[in-house]
Parts: sequence; structure tokens; C-alpha cells
Amino acid sequence: MVPISYYLILSAILFGLGVLAFVFKRNIITIFMSIELMLNAVNLAFVAFSRMLGQLDGQVFVFFVIVVAAAEAAVGLAIIIQIARNRQTLNVERVNTLKL
Amino acid sequence: MEFVAQHPVLVVSVIKIAVLLLLTLTALAYLTWFERKVIAHIQSRWGPYFVGPHGLLQPLADGVKFLFKEDVIPPASDKFIYLLAPFLALSLALTTLALIPIGPTTIHILGYPTQLVIANSDIGLLFLFAITSIGVYGVALAGWSSNSKYSLLGGLRSSAQMISYEVALTVSVVGVLLLSGTFNLSQLVESQQGRYWHWIPRWHIIPQIVGFFCYFVAAIAETNRVPFDLPEAETELVAGFHTEYSSFKFAMFFMAEYANMITVSCLATILFLGGWLSPLSASWQWTHYIPGAVFVIGGVALLQDTVRKLRGLHRVVLSVVCVAIVAIGYGCLQAWVIPVIEGPFWFLFKVFLILFFYVWARGTLPRFRYDQLMNFGWKLLLPVAIANLVVTAFIVMVLNR
Amino acid sequence: MSVELILFFACAILAVAGGVMLIFLREPIHSALSLILVMISLAVLYLLLGAEFIAAIQIIVYAGAIMVLFVFVIMLLNAGEEERTNFSRIAKFAGVPLGIFLTLELAWVIHGAIGKMLAAPSGAVSTRELSLLLFQTYVFPFEATSILILIAILGAVVLAKRDF
Repeated sequence: MVPISYYLILSAILFGLGVLAFVFKRNIITIFMSIELMLNAVNLAFVAFSRMLGQLDGQVFVFFVIVVAAAEAAVGLAIIIQIARNRQTLNVERVNTLKL
Repeated sequence: MEFVAQHPVLVVSVIKIAVLLLLTLTALAYLTWFERKVIAHIQSRWGPYFVGPHGLLQPLADGVKFLFKEDVIPPASDKFIYLLAPFLALSLALTTLALIPIGPTTIHILGYPTQLVIANSDIGLLFLFAITSIGVYGVALAGWSSNSKYSLLGGLRSSAQMISYEVALTVSVVGVLLLSGTFNLSQLVESQQGRYWHWIPRWHIIPQIVGFFCYFVAAIAETNRVPFDLPEAETELVAGFHTEYSSFKFAMFFMAEYANMITVSCLATILFLGGWLSPLSASWQWTHYIPGAVFVIGGVALLQDTVRKLRGLHRVVLSVVCVAIVAIGYGCLQAWVIPVIEGPFWFLFKVFLILFFYVWARGTLPRFRYDQLMNFGWKLLLPVAIANLVVTAFIVMVLNR
Repeated sequence: MSVELILFFACAILAVAGGVMLIFLREPIHSALSLILVMISLAVLYLLLGAEFIAAIQIIVYAGAIMVLFVFVIMLLNAGEEERTNFSRIAKFAGVPLGIFLTLELAWVIHGAIGKMLAAPSGAVSTRELSLLLFQTYVFPFEATSILILIAILGAVVLAKRDF
């Protein structure tokens, strides 16, 4: 048996990596991906807690998180495509003015 | 032997995997031969004819050719992903076969009872979809890493196409799931036992004919076959995502495509065509002799044809093959073999029929244009699949009340 | 060491390696691949935790649909290597310590609160129970997410249209 705290620590590490990637990355797409990494880390914590408490509610939350992530990916990637079209760049540094 | 006694499941699984892999790879090779022959006859040609009797050694010759060709890696490509893509495509395509149950009986390997399936999971269908949904990466990454504009376009097209049709594919299957109430592939087949009015088999294709249509069309698109083979359209994209691939890596993509075809056909058989259930009533005793009789009659007919038409070495070789087929058929007529062979026989027969439909479609239909493909997928196939789902759900609810 | 523990550590190492590679690889498509690696190893961990259904939809939806969209957009926009800008250095000196601090803090709090508690013995739960919970207790949030998806689809279509 694997102690539940191992899963939670792994989840914390992944969340930290997601935060680091969010701060480090300059490309909008990879920044978006680091958000997905954080969401995944949270999902792992949800499933681990659900197992620890012997209740399924945590898994239902994971289900909702995945649905929201899918919706977010659809809208977010559409926005990214628009930005790339209008500014010819994916670097967030260069997307720093409200006007084109 | 001690190891076997300690880990019976592991050893038996490895044996089953080895047998399945051997059979599948042979079947893949001969599927190409079958396809070329059928297409040739549709187009009034002979097809492969010179290597071996009836071109039966052609797959072997092709394999040798693929092995000995020069292995070109484009210098501007992304090496790691370029090498990863074909492995990904082939291994995922072969993995899905582990979930397919081909018969109801329990057999004994090394004295341990085991089922005719490698992994009998409670949510087997979901795992199958999970593995096939990752299969897109093989094609998409191959297109990207080759660093060629044709490949990139092929990869782009295929990822768009596979995502679009995966939705329709999944939705079309949900109707069947509502009727049988399980994700387990073996139980899905078991739920189709019985007859309407004592003679029409109670397969899901009858209430779910619309679902079957949607599934089959979406499945052809998922496997990138004609008429949905835009990712590799020779006339516009040279060869699409595998333009830059040569030698054995090309063969791996080729095998992955055929393995995907087999998986999709197996799934169609399990979901809609009653899997290993016999289409004939079980109360008729003579139906149990069909598998053996088919082999014996087929072998004898082929033998007669061989003796009449072929000369020289081909005549001898094919005669030996015919005798072997007749022997297999005779073996299938033995009382203790019948219950083991019957399920797999009907299962493989149905899979073979669907594969024939695949090839028939390739020999008949022209390729879609890209906008037609997208319009068809999103504006026709998906709404029809959803309508089918809604109607099925309504009827199931009313009947259960 | 039991088989479960070995499997856990293998997947954990793969997941962390994927997360680290996401940060250090410069080509967006490599980052996407490492994220897929993380997701697949997480799916195996879900199987270890007895959450079969979540493991399957993790792969179908996350690895099979969302990440394919990412890869598709990267290919569509032909996103090349990331350029380095001045801001990156500030991120290095402020972000790395803060990120490591956050991780350590979380790990410490978790370890303090839960310790080495083992999982509840109730092993694999059936998909049926999960669906009952989803369609009875949580039916309102479920319907709300379907509206959310509808809005997202509309938003994506409006945004992706060339001129508006």
C-alpha cells in the first residue's frame, strides 16, 4: 500500500512545477499548458483525498475539473489563435499594449 | 517451473500476448495481400501474382524489401520525435487488441484456466477509446517532426479529422451502452444473446442500425482510410504525414493503419454484430460443424483449383497448404475442439466481413474534399448520432418504466 | 517494496520528469509532449488509487482531446523556439525560490496533517456508484457544466472567425 501523503506530496511538487513553468515560460501556449499542469496536480490531490476518505465526491470534482479544463482549452486556444493572427507573435512580452 | 507456479497470471498473459502478436502480425501482412487482390479484381486486374502461388508470398517479399531499403532520416527533422512517432503509432495500435475478447470459453494454458482475452477490464470500452484517442499523436508528430510542408499539412489534417470524428464515434456507441448497461466488452457480447421471434438474433445492430452507420463511417475516418484518407492523399500531399519516412519506419505506419482497421472492425463486431455469438439458432445441431466444414470444403476446393491451373513448384507448395487446411478443418470437427473453436470462428468471420467492406469502400468511393469532410462530420454525422442517442435513451426509459 | 510502491515511484518520477521538462525544453511541441507524459503517468496513478473511470477519462479527454488541440494549435501557428527576454532573469531570481518554497511548504503541511496514513481499504469503486453520485447528488452542477461547455463552444466559434 502506498501512503496517501505520498500522492499529496507528488501533487504539491507538480503544482509547484506548474507555478514555476507559469512564471518561466514566455510562450503563451506553454503558459497555458502550465495551467493545465496545475489543474492536473489538483486532480491528483482530489482523487487521493477521495480514496483516503472512502468517498466518491472527490472523483466527481475531478470530473468537473476536466470538463472545465476542456471548455477553457477551447476558448483559450481560440484567443491564442486570434493573438497570433493580430500580432504575429506568441511571446507574452510583446503582447503588452491594449492597442494593436 | 517454480516461477510459473508463483506467477501463473503473468506467465499465461505473456504466452497469450506472444500468440496474439504472432497471429496479428501475420494477419496484418496477409490483410495487405487481401486488399490488393480485392481491389485488383474490382478494377479488373489480377493483383499480386508472381511471388508464390496467387501472389501469396508477396507480403513476405514486401517485408524483406522494407527491411533492406535505405533508412533515410531528413537532416532538418527533429530526430527524437521523428523516431518516436512510428513506434507510438504501431505500439498503440497493437495495444488495443489486448482488450478484445474473441470467445466465451475458458481454455487451459499450462494447466491454468484463462479466458480468450488478455485484459478483461470492467471498463474495457473506455480503455479502448483511451488508447485509440492517443493514437492521433503518432500521425500528428510524424507530420510535425519531418519538417516538410506536405507532412505538416498531412499531420494537421489528420489531427483535425481524428478529433472531429472521434466525437461522432463515441456518441454513436453510447446507444449500445444504454441498451446493454455495461462497459465490459465480454458482457457487451453476452447482453446480445437471445432471439427476436425465435430466429432473428438479438444483436444491437437491429435497434441501433443508425448508430452502426455512424460508427462505421466515423471508424473509417478515424483510421484514415478511403474515402477519408486526406492526411495521406497521394495526389495533393504526396503521401501526407509519412512523405519523409522510408524503410522500416514507413512499414510501421503501414502496419499501424492495418492494425487500427482490425481493432475498429473487432469493436464493431463486439458492439453491434453480437461478437462471437452464432447467427444461427443454437438448437440446430449441425451449426456446430460449420467451422470445420468451411475449412474442409475450402481446402478441397482450393486443392482442385490448384491441381487444375497451377504448374511446377507452386502446384506442390499450394497442395501442401491445402492439405494442411483440410487437416485443420478435420481437427475442428472433433467433439472437444468444437466449443473452443466456434466462438472465435464466428467472431473472426464477422471481422473479416467488415474488413471486406473497408476494402470494398476503397475500391468504390472517391476521396472527400477537406471542407466536405468537415461539413459531413460536424453537420451530418454528429447530429444524426446525437439524435440516435436521444431516441434510444427515450425508448429505453419508456421500456424500463 | 511492494509492486504498488514500485509502480507509484516509477510513475511519480515520470510525472516529475515531465513537469521539469515542460519548464526546460524550449520547443513548444516538446513541452506539450512532456505534459502528455505527466498526464499519462497520472492516469496510471489514478488506477493505483482505484479510480478506473477517472483514469480513462483523464486519458480520453486530457491526453486525447485537450492536448491534441494544443499540438494542433502549435502546428497551425508554427510556433518555433521560445525567445529569451530580460524578464526571464527576474523570473529566475524571484520565481524559482518562491516556487520551491511553495512546494516545500505544501509538502510540509501535508506531511504534518496526514503523516503516513494508509488509504482506506475500500478498493476499486464501480463506475455505477460514481454515475449515481453524478446524476443524483450533483445533477445541478452537471447541468451547469453542460451550459458552460455550450458557452465555450460559442465563444470559440466567435473568436476563431476571421473577422467580427
